[in-house]
Amino acid sequence: MEKTWNNKAWFLVLPVLVLVAFSAVIPLMTVVNYSVQDTFGNNVFFWAGTEWFEELLSSDRFWQAMVRNLVFSFIILAIEIPLGIFIALNMPKKGWGVPVCLVLMALPLLIPWNVVGTIWQVFGRVDIGLLGYSLRSLGFDYNYVNDPYDAWVTVILMDIWHWTSLVVLLCYAGLVSIPDAYYQAAKIDGASRWAIFRYIQLPKMQRVLLIAVLLRFMDSFMIYTEPFVVTGGGPGNSTTFLSIDLVKIAIGQFDLGPAAAMSIVYFLIVLMMSWVFYTVMTNYDSGV
Amino acid sequence: MARIDCNHIRHAYGPHPKSDKDYALKEVHHAFEDGGAYALLGPSGCGKTTLLNIISGLLHPSHGELLFDGRDVTNLSTQERNIAQVFQFPVIYDTMTVYDNLAFPLRNRGVPETDVDRKVRETLEMTGLADMARRKARGLTADQKQKISLGRGLVRSDVNAILFDEPLTVIDPHMKWVLRSQLKQLHRRFGFTMVYVTHDQTEALTFAEKVVVMYEGEIVQIGSPAELFERPKHTFVGYFIGSPGMNVMPVAVEGRNARLGSQTIELPGAPKAGTAGAIELGIRPEYVRLGREGMAVKVSKVEDVGRHKVVRASFEGRDIAAIIGEDADIPADPKIAFEPAGINLYADSWRVEMGA
Repeated sequence: MEKTWNNKAWFLVLPVLVLVAFSAVIPLMTVVNYSVQDTFGNNVFFWAGTEWFEELLSSDRFWQAMVRNLVFSFIILAIEIPLGIFIALNMPKKGWGVPVCLVLMALPLLIPWNVVGTIWQVFGRVDIGLLGYSLRSLGFDYNYVNDPYDAWVTVILMDIWHWTSLVVLLCYAGLVSIPDAYYQAAKIDGASRWAIFRYIQLPKMQRVLLIAVLLRFMDSFMIYTEPFVVTGGGPGNSTTFLSIDLVKIAIGQFDLGPAAAMSIVYFLIVLMMSWVFYTVMTNYDSGV
Repeated sequence: MARIDCNHIRHAYGPHPKSDKDYALKEVHHAFEDGGAYALLGPSGCGKTTLLNIISGLLHPSHGELLFDGRDVTNLSTQERNIAQVFQFPVIYDTMTVYDNLAFPLRNRGVPETDVDRKVRETLEMTGLADMARRKARGLTADQKQKISLGRGLVRSDVNAILFDEPLTVIDPHMKWVLRSQLKQLHRRFGFTMVYVTHDQTEALTFAEKVVVMYEGEIVQIGSPAELFERPKHTFVGYFIGSPGMNVMPVAVEGRNARLGSQTIELPGAPKAGTAGAIELGIRPEYVRLGREGMAVKVSKVEDVGRHKVVRASFEGRDIAAIIGEDADIPADPKIAFEPAGINLYADSWRVEMGA
């Protein structure tokens, strides 16, 4: 059959192209533009080539922030994923408890990031905060303002409080989609509680778990607002994660070139991670 | 294998059943003989799956008791009852191989690995899955998955019964036939007690020695396929079994004659019991003769189903179906006659015996 060519169809995608151009492509290209130039203000720019990238990749400051960020992501994943699964497994599957649990679980997710930060900032204060004051009263030498270790504990606890619900909700969705017949068959086969988890529930949750890991990794790798509000990256640089460092360079020091270079490297890392996860997930779907 | 006795079993899903309507299972009092192949046949919602789940222990009956070989198992768990059940949708353990799937019920029971291997190999042979033992169960077709479900039941040689809950629903038509005949073969070779739930009459009639027909939470008839066909105890059995179902028409009975409108039909005998209540005459389309003699009908439609033709007609203002040969012609002035052997009489839907 003769194909009809009609290029007018392109007009239909034009609005989206324009939108994406303004929302993503143009800002990104601006950053690329900054990353290869140097400026001293007054809109005067000098060509810098790959100088900023070389400087960035050889700077300890960048790698330290990177390591801090990876360690942070690893810790919160290692806690939130098992904890989320555990809570989801113990949530009621029917009755009045279901909506109650779902609403309770959804609450932390509805609170804006900076509010979460403020809540924990106050919560952890040793003079008026419930957590800080109680720990002090119990004899713990807790002070997130001075002690890097306490600062980390606080930031991690905050992230767990804020985001475990997401893992719970995803796992719960995976769990309730398992037909009753599986549990009945497991009873007939004499499976133990552990065997049911290992061979029925976990495989059925695998896909949502991948999504949960992806989302939590991305989010924790980009974390900014909450630790910024609580610790401001301190004490010292102990909770300065990549994005906090980036903002310090860009807005604090107004070093547009290095900040732009860092943005691009950061962006590429996230892009690569997304690609890895995407590949793993699609391969999983095709049943390999 | 065991004999299964259902003693006055009633079940309601609600916590406080008041009237008969609240019961999904009104009263079942029946024995499944050791080594028998039974089909539980009935429309959706008639309580057949409920009964099956009570036997397997997934449900605890509200009333009554269940005996395996005379031993009361009503309060035993599914696992303790040691039965196998195959569900409507194949249940397999995705992440395991076919071999491990079959080994699962044995390993759960702490059977030594050498015995597991021997039993699994036997079962693989029995179900014809031997050449895919090492494959992941995930990628298999629906009928292969269903065989795995069945295999997990067969692998335990000491199971008391194998229960099937509409196991062929998701299987392709030609594989249905293959699987069904394999099941029959397994039954003949190993003599398992099998209970097979289905709403498909063909499946029930070809699989079972005894068909248990259920309707609205009750067993309405238990019999061989031939009995169900020739002598339906309840008009429901008449409708439900056969294609098309039995013709049922209200009549007035006087001695050996039944009157319908202006027509009088001679019965094979006078009804033995009283004929109070609503009296109906039932005759299967197979026993309705279409020709030039008899009672006048108006033919409305002829369906050619291949092996024979189904004639839909209007008889005294009521629809009636008749089956005629593939090559038979319909006369210009069609008349019907009922073969006496095929006439059944019903009082309030239950069959009434007739004397000679």
